[in-house]
Amino acid sequence: MDFTLILEWIIKGFVLTLILLGGFAYLTLYERRALARIQARIGPNRAGPFGILQPIADAVKLIFKEELTPALADKLLFLLAPVLTVVPAVVITAVVPWGKQSFSLFGRDITPYIADINVGVLYIMSIASIAVYGIVLAGWSSNNKYAMMGGLRSTAQMISYELTLGLSFVGAILLAGSMRMLDIVEAQKTMWFVVLQPIGTGIFLIATLAEVNRAPFDMPEAEQELTAGYHTEYSGMKFALLFMAEYTKMIAISAIGATLFFGGYREFWFLSNTVFSIDHTPWLGPVYIFIKIVILLFGMIWVRATYPRIRYDRLMAFGWKLLLPMSLALVFITAVGIILAEQVNKNLIWGIPVLSILVGLFAVGMIDRVLRRKDNARL
Amino acid sequence: MTQLQEVSVDDIKHLVSERAIQGETMLLNMGPQHPSTHGVLRLLLELDGETVVNCIPDIGYLHTGIEKNMESKTYAKAEVMTDRLDYLNTVGNNLAYSMAVEKLVELDVPDRAQSIRVILAELQRIASHLIWLGTTGLDVAAMSTFLYCFRERESILDILEMCSGQRMMTTYIRPGGLWRDVPVEFEAAVRQFIKIFPRRVDEYEALLSRNPLFLDRTFGIGKISAEDALNLGMTGPALRATGINWDLRKARPYCGYEQYEFTVPTRTEGDVYARYIVRIEELRQSLKIVEQALNKMPFGPVRSSNHKFVPPPRSEIGINMEALIHHFKLWTEGFSAPQGSIYYAVESPRGELGVYLVSDGGPNPYRIHWRTPSFDNLQALPYMAKGVLVADLVAIIGSVDIVLGDVDR
Repeated sequence: MDFTLILEWIIKGFVLTLILLGGFAYLTLYERRALARIQARIGPNRAGPFGILQPIADAVKLIFKEELTPALADKLLFLLAPVLTVVPAVVITAVVPWGKQSFSLFGRDITPYIADINVGVLYIMSIASIAVYGIVLAGWSSNNKYAMMGGLRSTAQMISYELTLGLSFVGAILLAGSMRMLDIVEAQKTMWFVVLQPIGTGIFLIATLAEVNRAPFDMPEAEQELTAGYHTEYSGMKFALLFMAEYTKMIAISAIGATLFFGGYREFWFLSNTVFSIDHTPWLGPVYIFIKIVILLFGMIWVRATYPRIRYDRLMAFGWKLLLPMSLALVFITAVGIILAEQVNKNLIWGIPVLSILVGLFAVGMIDRVLRRKDNARL
Repeated sequence: MTQLQEVSVDDIKHLVSERAIQGETMLLNMGPQHPSTHGVLRLLLELDGETVVNCIPDIGYLHTGIEKNMESKTYAKAEVMTDRLDYLNTVGNNLAYSMAVEKLVELDVPDRAQSIRVILAELQRIASHLIWLGTTGLDVAAMSTFLYCFRERESILDILEMCSGQRMMTTYIRPGGLWRDVPVEFEAAVRQFIKIFPRRVDEYEALLSRNPLFLDRTFGIGKISAEDALNLGMTGPALRATGINWDLRKARPYCGYEQYEFTVPTRTEGDVYARYIVRIEELRQSLKIVEQALNKMPFGPVRSSNHKFVPPPRSEIGINMEALIHHFKLWTEGFSAPQGSIYYAVESPRGELGVYLVSDGGPNPYRIHWRTPSFDNLQALPYMAKGVLVADLVAIIGSVDIVLGDVDR
């Protein structure tokens, strides 16, 4: 380890942070425009062409806003909470690879990822669980009942859904036989894991919505119930930090989802063995993962525009009674399927998607039965 | 001058449970500035965790003194105040007031005016229900519904503006008829609305009615029995959702509602979902009434020719001495109503909207009292909110469909 290596890390980290922060700014615009389209309105279009200067205008407004601290708030924690929230959101993407082949710059081989940890997935899990502290502390230190309720809700929610999220990671880990993000992506060279793990991917996507507090799981900030939840008392740049954390987490979790289940930086399946393949044109890696992230983000926005918020106790029931057993069953199915494919017949790997779809149908059937009971009561 | 009494803690102690006084439950102020109290309603909540133990509504934050104000105005001028009562049902308020005055002074209203009154009142009912639907969606965080509903409401407001020059505060229905006849574009605009609207209602239903999350948030929440609802004086869709078929348009028809074919939707569950279904169905029924009224709309005058009470047309003033005198009298002194009192009620989107008018024989009403549906329906909130979660409370407030201007007057 020499000085230039450290310098390289610092520069790469700096660049990634800037990309994430820029991405956050334009994600807000993207969301507002996409929501507007879905809701038959126009959205922000005054600042610059197509409203592209809107995030800058928002940032300027927030920077110059007065920052208020409630009189009886815990001053230190009140200040610390936004920082604690935003840092994990930014550092979590360090292990996401943006390409495979290193390129040379200034006579050095530079890898298109910051850290190549052999337990990359565990790193993601651990960082993701730190993020909850910021929200809890923000809610608690504000000395506001609404904020406190938001903070409490988020604790319960994030802890519940972290288990499911972790178990949905296991599906990808087992299939790749490694916890290293690069290996997981390379294992999807021929086939994305979403094909082998359709239900696992679905559970992952649902759990991420809960993990990043997005609608319909936006309990901690449920506007209609808790006014603004944990960030009720925040204003100015502190609020901007909390806001930034939320949107950065969206990007990060989309990047992770793309890496684990949608082939990461690998090309789309119809482009393999062409000139657009990663093996042929390595610099397309970041482009592919960018496209995948944008598509996943659109999914989140779409869900927000469509669904009502699930109630808090139902959210917990859904997580513990349905998602967790389902993901446990999927881990079991995946493990057995892999062993059978290795020992008996290679085609038995297709037992995984078939069986997991059966599990999924069973779960949908259960929900349907509960609803049907309601329907009967209704008629 | 009356002395204001200070309220001490002991005076309101009986409103919360013992446990709140011992500090085991949390008291939470919801409102008057809160996104989902639909205006400036303040609720004092006693919470055990997130479960509502007690819910104490506190009203009066939008008190505007409309009733008192109307006493100092002539019958014609007081009508402007009625628009400000229930600002989502301005046409209905005008209608209730005008009909009460008409009954007091025994004025006849031409048939054409009656038809137009029905059309506008039903369009207003649709507009009001659209706001309710949108905000109900918003209360359970289905945000897109809100904007879709406002899109349709806008076309109704355009029709109102076309008639009266105002989008909301129309004062278009006057004692003795209407302010003036509808413009020529009116019929085409209403027909266009009739054409597109059924499809849009299906669209809203597709978004919400069978949505598992929406069902989960509304079904079986905020139940109230028919008996309780009657005892609390609930009216309108909230009452009909408990299974009682009481609609003034059917029970005591006015404005010729008896000629139109429509059904009064009822449900028996009395929960948030039942209220939702009843109102959705009312959207369709109202549209049916609008269509029938539009088809039957006769030609003729839209104002009573009794110029003792209704101002003569502008064109006559220059050529007719009597018309000039009437005009002058009506716009300065106003007309005098015979001594007596009257109660007249119409079916507003929220329930029975009644006006109690006392006349001492002078040109101003001696006393006006409004029996507003929001006020009575709001009384049921503490009963419905017992033991629900905070999230459900929000849905319940939305389903009662209160307008604070209507509550506080």
